[in-house]
Amino acid sequence: MKCSRTLAAGIAVSMMALTYVPQAAADTTRGELLTSSCFACHSIDGTGNMPNLVGYPRDLLISQMKAFKDGSRVGTIMNRLARGYTEEEIVLMGDYFAKIQ
Amino acid sequence: MTNFSRRNFLKAVGIGGAATVAGFGCAPNGRATASRNGHVVVVGGGSGGATAAKYLKRFSPDMDVTLIEPTATYHTCYGSNWVLGGHAQMDDIAQTYDALQSRHGVKVVQDSVTAIDPARRTVRTAGGETISYDRLVMSPGIDFRYDAVPGITEADSGRIPHAWKAGEQTVILRRQLEAMPDGGVFVMVAPGNPFRCPPGPYERASMVAHYFKQAKPRSKIIILDNKENFSKQGLFMAGWEQHYGDMIEWVPSSRGGQVEEIDAANLTAISDGGFNEFKADVLNYVPPQTAGKIAMDTGLAGDGFWCPVNQMTFESTIHPGIYVIGDSSVAGAMPKSGHSANNQAKVAAAAIIRELAGLDPVEPSTANTCYSLITPDHAISVAAVYAYKDGTMAGVEGAGGVSPADAPASVRQMEAVYTKGWYDGITADIWG
Ligand SMILES: Cc1cc2nc3c(=O)[nH]c(=O)nc-3n(C[C@H](O)[C@H](O)[C@H](O)COP(=O)(O)OP(=O)(O)OC[C@H]3O[C@@H](n4cnc5c(N)ncnc54)[C@H](O)[C@@H]3O)c2cc1C
Repeated sequence: MKCSRTLAAGIAVSMMALTYVPQAAADTTRGELLTSSCFACHSIDGTGNMPNLVGYPRDLLISQMKAFKDGSRVGTIMNRLARGYTEEEIVLMGDYFAKIQ
Repeated sequence: MTNFSRRNFLKAVGIGGAATVAGFGCAPNGRATASRNGHVVVVGGGSGGATAAKYLKRFSPDMDVTLIEPTATYHTCYGSNWVLGGHAQMDDIAQTYDALQSRHGVKVVQDSVTAIDPARRTVRTAGGETISYDRLVMSPGIDFRYDAVPGITEADSGRIPHAWKAGEQTVILRRQLEAMPDGGVFVMVAPGNPFRCPPGPYERASMVAHYFKQAKPRSKIIILDNKENFSKQGLFMAGWEQHYGDMIEWVPSSRGGQVEEIDAANLTAISDGGFNEFKADVLNYVPPQTAGKIAMDTGLAGDGFWCPVNQMTFESTIHPGIYVIGDSSVAGAMPKSGHSANNQAKVAAAAIIRELAGLDPVEPSTANTCYSLITPDHAISVAAVYAYKDGTMAGVEGAGGVSPADAPASVRQMEAVYTKGWYDGITADIWG
């Protein structure tokens, strides 16, 4: 498809005017990046058979990750993975999963 | 303000970045325009590249993202051993780019990149186009070093398949296994480290054994290995004994496994200065590997075979503005796997978005899991979590490891169920 440079520039300018947000809005936070790693198995659209964590209750996610980490909940692979995260990181994940839809 | 609320804001005012541009009858085409958030070109639509394209749009919906990939259908290497085992079909491991375009607003160009100019920030394609970029992501996978062992060249791969890139090669190997008489010998030559998918050769031997056990039980499998030990070795060997008796023989490099020459005409691998000759009915030679050819041609590997990067961001230490992810990159302790490529893509996407916004990168965190089937109902896994430490992605101490050696059959079966779930989940995360 052909797309003229001036038309595109015009659109870019009008988009800027309409949707101007401060630069900081273009960040990707640590919580977002950290949690995106989980989506490899816990797919964001619920595909597959790992529990879907989108919108998962924050405190439940935190308590379950801690339980996997200390071994009080037994999984196949989650114990090995949960031990890789600090308590602070687990809280970031809990916050992020609870927030997304 | 987080990205999340920003997305809601954009929705509320009815502006969807690239979607708006498309609404004006003009594709979100980085060739003609540079959006406020820049234009990122991604080379290669495999595990790493497709994830990078999708997550650039997810993290920053109004960025222009162009993905260049020569094939319309990508066959995953994961699951390709199941095809060899006869319990999956090629269609089951086929992925397309429809969702990346229609759902995520990635511009997909079906073409192959022939040259990159890091100074001018342009890529040239086989189709004759020149496309400029603000940042480039490269995930071209692997290429083979057919010059490593005399007697075989790439031209022999129709008769002596590597099947280490899935597709036509997988089909050739499966047909050869089907045509092999009962009592035949399947010889696989496995490369030394580092190479794509450390457990891959041993899962392949398992799946071929599963097929032989049903269809041609007097046959034999020999793995000639260019190393002394391998991924999940104890679990694989225990599983082989349990399910296949002595059908699989593993030969380490010190005991004749280091292949020095191949007699391609006679399907024979030769080691120890000619002392050992292994005659095959089906020969599967997996050559040693390098970063994908286009990465090598661009000089991204320097004098080596793999591309060094700043492992905090995956930006090349050789050419600024180019991010190398997946098998082509040097990624610390992370294995060359689809799962690693997927996670590295997210790190690079976040780093690019932050860099273009003038922000420092956030601390990366990645994970890897590799499931391997020993039978369709017996799987084992290896897992790790990685953090950036002393300039490299290092495994977090105390985490990760392999499935327990003493697990009951029910756990092996559960892991087999999750193996399938992993496939469905990660392919949805990459191409869905
Ligand atoms: C038998 C086997 C089993 C495996 N099993 C698993 C598993 O269970 N789990 C796991 O995590 N990993 C597994 N892997 C590893 C996994 O397939 C790779 O590590 C992963 O695909 C690497 O991703 P990548 O993006 O680096 O390369 P690829 O996925 O190979 O993608 C590279 C893409 O770049 C394209 N390309 C190349 N050159 C150009 C160019 N010049 N221009 C444009 N495009 C180009 C190619 O067409 C290709 O689509 C397995 C591998 C094998 C061989």
